[in-house]
Amino acid sequence: MSNATEILANSDRFKFADVTTKTQLSVERFLHQQAEFLDEKRWDQWLSLFTADGHYWMPAEEEQTEGEGVPNIFWENLDMMKMRIRRNEHPQAHSQAPNNRLCHVVSNVIIENQDNNGNIIVRSRFHCAEYFRYEVRNFTGKYRHYLEKTSNGYRIKLQRTDLVNREGPYEYVLQWWL
Amino acid sequence: MNWTNDKISALVEPDRAHRKAYVDEDLFDLEMERIFERLWVYIGHESQVKNPGDYYLARVGRQPMMMTRDHNGEIHVLYNRCPHRGAQLCTARKGNAGRRIRCSYHAWFFDLDGRLDQIPASEGYDGTNLKMDDPEFQVQKAPRVDNYRGFWFASLAEDGPSLESHLGNSKVAFDQLIDRAPGGETEVVGECFQMVQQSNWKIFLENQLDASHPGATHESTGIAAMTIEKDMRSAGEEPPIAYGFLSDFARIGIDGWGKFGTVAHPQGHCSLEGYMGIRPDDPDTNEYVRLMYDAYGEKKAEEILGVNLHHVLVYPCLSVQPPLQQLRTIRPLGPDRTLTEIWHFRLKGAPEAIYKRALGYYYLVNSPSTMVNADDLFNWWKVQHGLESQGGDWVSFHRNAGFDVVEGEVRKSTPGSMSELPLRHMMQAWKNYMMSNGGGS
Repeated sequence: MSNATEILANSDRFKFADVTTKTQLSVERFLHQQAEFLDEKRWDQWLSLFTADGHYWMPAEEEQTEGEGVPNIFWENLDMMKMRIRRNEHPQAHSQAPNNRLCHVVSNVIIENQDNNGNIIVRSRFHCAEYFRYEVRNFTGKYRHYLEKTSNGYRIKLQRTDLVNREGPYEYVLQWWL
Repeated sequence: MNWTNDKISALVEPDRAHRKAYVDEDLFDLEMERIFERLWVYIGHESQVKNPGDYYLARVGRQPMMMTRDHNGEIHVLYNRCPHRGAQLCTARKGNAGRRIRCSYHAWFFDLDGRLDQIPASEGYDGTNLKMDDPEFQVQKAPRVDNYRGFWFASLAEDGPSLESHLGNSKVAFDQLIDRAPGGETEVVGECFQMVQQSNWKIFLENQLDASHPGATHESTGIAAMTIEKDMRSAGEEPPIAYGFLSDFARIGIDGWGKFGTVAHPQGHCSLEGYMGIRPDDPDTNEYVRLMYDAYGEKKAEEILGVNLHHVLVYPCLSVQPPLQQLRTIRPLGPDRTLTEIWHFRLKGAPEAIYKRALGYYYLVNSPSTMVNADDLFNWWKVQHGLESQGGDWVSFHRNAGFDVVEGEVRKSTPGSMSELPLRHMMQAWKNYMMSNGGGS
């Protein structure tokens, strides 16, 4: 199978797939769960949602179709994600004290494609409020997930997060995934 | 407050600076007038406006400007202001204006060099004081514009030292960014990242060559990166070279940074000598060196690669790291707000792996998700708050003060020290620029 960015790039991002209500509900439940893991900082569970070669991706530009070898806001595999968790949770990560709180709402869930193996491409919208250093920041944008169907349910091959204000300027950096 | 020369002079001592230099609104306005709107300020690289009709917005001191490329291929730096009623001409950060720039308000048309070309229903101006070729009705140009090997600067002062003379020793930053390309050319990659620092612009420059901060400030990131490197090696994988940029913070520790000397140059510029294993003995680097030999011959290639340089501060607005192909420019917005543009470059003719190494640094250190600058930005914000308080008047630069090594026109840090030489040096330059009325040198 070719890589996940290529599969996303070749998929029609305005298509609606004809799927069963059960599939729709289980994909929605998966997306809600991943948002809850982020909000509640359940890092082991968050990491377990990804395939071994999965990536979290926040492109710098909307037209981008590849994450590797080009600038990104986030482009992280499991090693990088583990590094970020270790670093942000370290007592000397002084800029992270007090730690932030996230609150996601995920909606407008549209399954774009379901292939013969049950793998899913799904797009959705999110809003996320971040409470950090006694202030609230708001992020909003769209998700596009490429999910692999496994015997243990869906796993993320690729999570693409496009912020509406991706070009900044950034008032402060993003330390956790949205 | 009326900031006379005497009062300004009293803010800077050989080993300390007064907090007001970082927080006072009137001093900030004076800084804009006497430093940023007088010295040569970086606008951008020529590859940001590749095609005729392209424009890219910039800011020089308090002035909104734009770099344009006209239809003869010439580059200009113009005030982003219509001479009719004052409307901003271009609003997108970058774009292509087409054959002419059209003001959205009354459809006056201008050539890309600022010349007024056409006014609708122009007979309405017959017999009035408005003449099409009157300088007052052209888009105003920066008084002086020049480039050094494709890196464009503007000065809003009519007179002063040439760009080359202002850059002086710091020219090596641009030479290295270009000469390290086997193809002899460099170009910006993509759009820059823009970040707002909630702190004074001088705090950013001071941080760049402050040797005693990395091990302390970035300890958590260094330890996390080192742990992941170790885990990967135990699993039989080789971690990416770029992870080493982070784990260095833990490996070198809080007091190990003295082995990298700093140098103070005329005009307020500073540099840091090399570190970070920029020339490791790996297949990608060796392939790159071979390409450099092919392009320049062994002797010249070794001369280029042998320059012992990691970081150059071009006063007052640039931080350049040639071996990592990064450039950051600052645009002060207020005493406590500074916009940074962070660019990275591709060396033409270099293997993709060399670009990816630079991209790795760009991502890990300079992207909006950086685990490195996150801690810097927070420190600077905290410093700004502290300096706004009345809990003390002075900022200390005492580390190794009085022990600089003078070598001709430059001064070097005490060998083996984490000297605060660059911090002292930049504040002395600041004092000179702030007091002089002719400025520039």
